[in-house]
Amino acid sequence: MDWWDVAMMVFLSIGAFFNALAAVGLLRFPDVYTRLHAGTKCTTFGTIFVCLAVILFGVRLWIYESDAYSILTIHTFIALVCVLLTNPTGAHAIARAAHRSGVKPARAVIDELEKKEGK
Amino acid sequence: MLMNRVLAATLTVFLCFFVYLLFTTASGAYILWSLDELIAGIILATIIGLVSFKRLVKRDLRMANPLRWILALAYFLGPFLFSMAKANLDVAYRVITGKIKPGIVKISPDLKTDLGITLFANSITLTPGTLSVDVDEETNELYVHWINVKELHPTSQQVAGSFEKWVRRIAE
Repeated sequence: MDWWDVAMMVFLSIGAFFNALAAVGLLRFPDVYTRLHAGTKCTTFGTIFVCLAVILFGVRLWIYESDAYSILTIHTFIALVCVLLTNPTGAHAIARAAHRSGVKPARAVIDELEKKEGK
Repeated sequence: MLMNRVLAATLTVFLCFFVYLLFTTASGAYILWSLDELIAGIILATIIGLVSFKRLVKRDLRMANPLRWILALAYFLGPFLFSMAKANLDVAYRVITGKIKPGIVKISPDLKTDLGITLFANSITLTPGTLSVDVDEETNELYVHWINVKELHPTSQQVAGSFEKWVRRIAE
């Protein structure tokens, strides 16, 4: 076991921890908005680390084995960029759709958007 | 004006070709690519670039400045990743203890371009604790769902830290 393995294990552990946390948050939070917080962002952060582990794996094989493994590294990187772009967009779309169909944020101390839509 | 359009089309073609190269690494002997893939890439990138450059370049060529891309990279690796990590730990704490105080607040960032407001809203959504719900397209005001409301009528500084300053430097 060399330092590549150690780094990959650390990244995978962090990623798995945050993805598990997202699952717990999904069960614990009261309404769609707070669940979106847990369900989209912790998974983004977790996925960054899981992807980093795969990228490290690919880079090691790229250096020591053959150029064919560059495809693993670069495709994982592209997937990571796509996750980073689409995840907040999806969360935004769900939140907006929920508010437009009349779902009130639970236990909210203030709702400025309702004031605006009420006008 | 014509000069600008030619420049925009050329840049789009190069961008398409670059993405094609990323997708086809390890196909042959020319560094990482085979001759077939290079030729197919040039043809496809030219067609797609010429068809789509009007969609990619809407108003001006300000994003062609490499300094803005370096700034964007610095932003994503520096303050963005740091506040994302910090806010993730904060949400972890809230998941475990269940202490939340949610609400939808309104902030008015001083951003004018579509790209700027998109970057800003996505940055807000990606840092846990804040989620952009809606945007007022006329005044560019953002409605943000905040999991722990500290201030009923906050400034964008209180919600998103230094993001607004960075986004203005990158995209406007």
